[in-house]
Amino acid sequence: MNIYVLLKRTFDTEEKITLSGGKINEDGAEFIINPYDEYAVEEAIQVRDASGGEVTVVTVGGEEAEKQLRTALAMGADKAILINIEDDVENGDQFTTAKILAEYLKDKNPDLILAGNVAIDGGSGQVGPRVAEQLNIPYITTITKLTIDGQNVSVVRDVEGDSETIETSLPLLVTAQQGLNDPRYPSLPGIMKAKKKPLEELELDDLDLEEEDVEAKTKTIEIFLPPKKEAGKILQGDLSDQVKELAGLLRSEAKVI
Amino acid sequence: MSRKVLVLGEVRDGSLRNVSFEAIAAAKTISEGGEVVGVALGSDVSGFGESLIQYGADRVVTVAHPSLAQYTSDGFSQALLGVIDSEKPEGIVLGHTALGKDLAPRIAGKLDSGLVSDVTSLEETGGNLVFTRPIYSGKAFEKKIITDGLVFVTIRPNNIDALEKDGGRTGDISSLDVDIKDLRTIIKDVVRKASEGVDLSEAKVIIAGGRGVKSEEGFEPLKELADVLGGAVGASRGACDADYCDYSLQIGQTGKVVTPDLYIACGISGAIQHLAGMSNSKVIVAINKDPEANIFKVADYGIVGDLFEVVPLLTEEFRKLKVGSN
Ligand SMILES: Cc1cc2nc3c(=O)[nH]c(=O)nc-3n(C[C@H](O)[C@H](O)[C@H](O)COP(=O)(O)OP(=O)(O)OC[C@H]3O[C@@H](n4cnc5c(N)ncnc54)[C@H](O)[C@@H]3O)c2cc1C
Ligand SMILES: Cc1cc2nc3c(=O)[nH]c(=O)nc-3n(C[C@H](O)[C@H](O)[C@H](O)COP(=O)(O)OP(=O)(O)OC[C@H]3O[C@@H](n4cnc5c(N)ncnc54)[C@H](O)[C@@H]3O)c2cc1C
Repeated sequence: MNIYVLLKRTFDTEEKITLSGGKINEDGAEFIINPYDEYAVEEAIQVRDASGGEVTVVTVGGEEAEKQLRTALAMGADKAILINIEDDVENGDQFTTAKILAEYLKDKNPDLILAGNVAIDGGSGQVGPRVAEQLNIPYITTITKLTIDGQNVSVVRDVEGDSETIETSLPLLVTAQQGLNDPRYPSLPGIMKAKKKPLEELELDDLDLEEEDVEAKTKTIEIFLPPKKEAGKILQGDLSDQVKELAGLLRSEAKVI
Repeated sequence: MSRKVLVLGEVRDGSLRNVSFEAIAAAKTISEGGEVVGVALGSDVSGFGESLIQYGADRVVTVAHPSLAQYTSDGFSQALLGVIDSEKPEGIVLGHTALGKDLAPRIAGKLDSGLVSDVTSLEETGGNLVFTRPIYSGKAFEKKIITDGLVFVTIRPNNIDALEKDGGRTGDISSLDVDIKDLRTIIKDVVRKASEGVDLSEAKVIIAGGRGVKSEEGFEPLKELADVLGGAVGASRGACDADYCDYSLQIGQTGKVVTPDLYIACGISGAIQHLAGMSNSKVIVAINKDPEANIFKVADYGIVGDLFEVVPLLTEEFRKLKVGSN
């Protein structure tokens, strides 16, 4: 089976976020594989181990994303592709990323493509469905279970807490929701092996694309932090007085009840 | 520049979701005096057109087809693309719900258009429509403009006020025939777990429990408090993982994103993935026995104490204040 994983290097949002020069300050910040893409990598490896084939992880990004791709290889993926467009494209958005990924994938005959359901930094959840649409293959988002039997696929999908069981067939794109699996940690031998696995770097030129073809349709004009919340009021005193005070505050100060 | 803007009316349990009425209000702003056209898709769409108009749509287009009885991206995208093809809108607004998240990017992919997802507010300034949306799990916000073509957005429920319902408002409701075929995904089974009663993503008051609730029975006092306030019960992933409640109650990055007027977090530590789902609530109350718990950092009011003592006292207090359900 020909399996692809769309992987994004993301800012670890557990970190403190600060701005510098109107942008998110990345100095010294921790970068990780987007957590939902980790589920995608794990599932891809499990599917390959069960049905054979090859897992290729693909990232659109800069040089630094090599680290996350190597981690995916250490988990067990077979090959990595870094589509490095840093020098070619100035302004990108989800349209850009999806277009590039679809252009790369269109002649690869993927049987199964796995993505995360959302990136924890950009947070749009657009890239998976956009890629599937461009490739004209079906997709199912926020999946918690994947069963493949030949060409037939059965999927359980989380829909705002309800679960839908869906039947479809390959080729297919799915996006991972938490609960799909428990991603493995790379083992030491895995990390050693990963160093020798192929990691290919491509540029826009290598894909049949011009800069105009992928020009962003949207633009970020400002980034800001939420207004600093005034320190909340921790109530003091006798518990029953605290409760009375709270009820009173919610009614007269906050006016929410 | 006035625009024609389509709004997809999303139906759940036989009625339109509130977020669709909020989407109409957003569409009004985007239309800048143009026309707002509601869209209703389903196997039976009777009644929805009238509601969309009463909440501000100028007219409505419906597509009724047996294949639209349940949402599938193949069925709904064919129907919506059919409407788009016949109406040629300059704007489209959907709710940022499970349906909107699944459908909108596909439509945008098909139309080769931009899409601004999960918008929490919008304004027209200096001739530009500016959309604000949370990024970095809600730790920052960005303002976006659309630089090319269609103004396509999804809006986060409970953030943009719907217009007042006007029962006397009328408008044209027309039906469109769309050929829907080749559904590549088939829904075999749906297990409904979502709570009876108040829809979490649209509730005005939410009482949420975490691992500190300690058991399934531990949720009982929270339910009582929710009842008194006319609210809904939610949970952290910790509580769901421990089997104290169903995953349909989960709030956070992986679960529901909520913005109620009042969020009371009971025995929840305040992990970033939980905060991503609730930190934009208007007023947050934290009840936790650990004064160092992270949840106090986002709380407007906090009580350091045992939730099993505090919650029943609060319920009693609100009862005394005779806060009815609202
Ligand atoms: C040239 C260029 C310049 C950019 N400049 C900016 C900028 O100035 N400001 C800014 O905020 N953003 C910029 N971006 C990033 C872009 O706006 C989005 O962050 C990106 O398209 C992903 O969107 P998202 O974060 O909403 O991911 P989502 O759509 O939420 O991601 C869902 C899933 O799609 C897959 N996916 C997402 N992104 C990638 C990727 N890059 N590679 C492989 N798979 C992926 C993953 O599986 C992920 O889990 C730029 C992108 C490009 C290509
Ligand atoms: C990719 C990913 C996605 C995730 N998505 C989500 C998500 O969507 N939603 C989510 O919630 N989590 C999510 N998580 C998990 C998250 O990181 C936390 O593990 C989880 O939120 C913790 O739940 P908790 O606060 O209930 O439990 P804990 O962190 O165990 O906190 C329990 C709290 O209860 C307090 N307590 C105990 N007893 C009492 C008492 N008697 N009275 C008062 N207080 C008491 C304790 O002091 C403590 O602060 C995600 C994690 C990952 C990696």
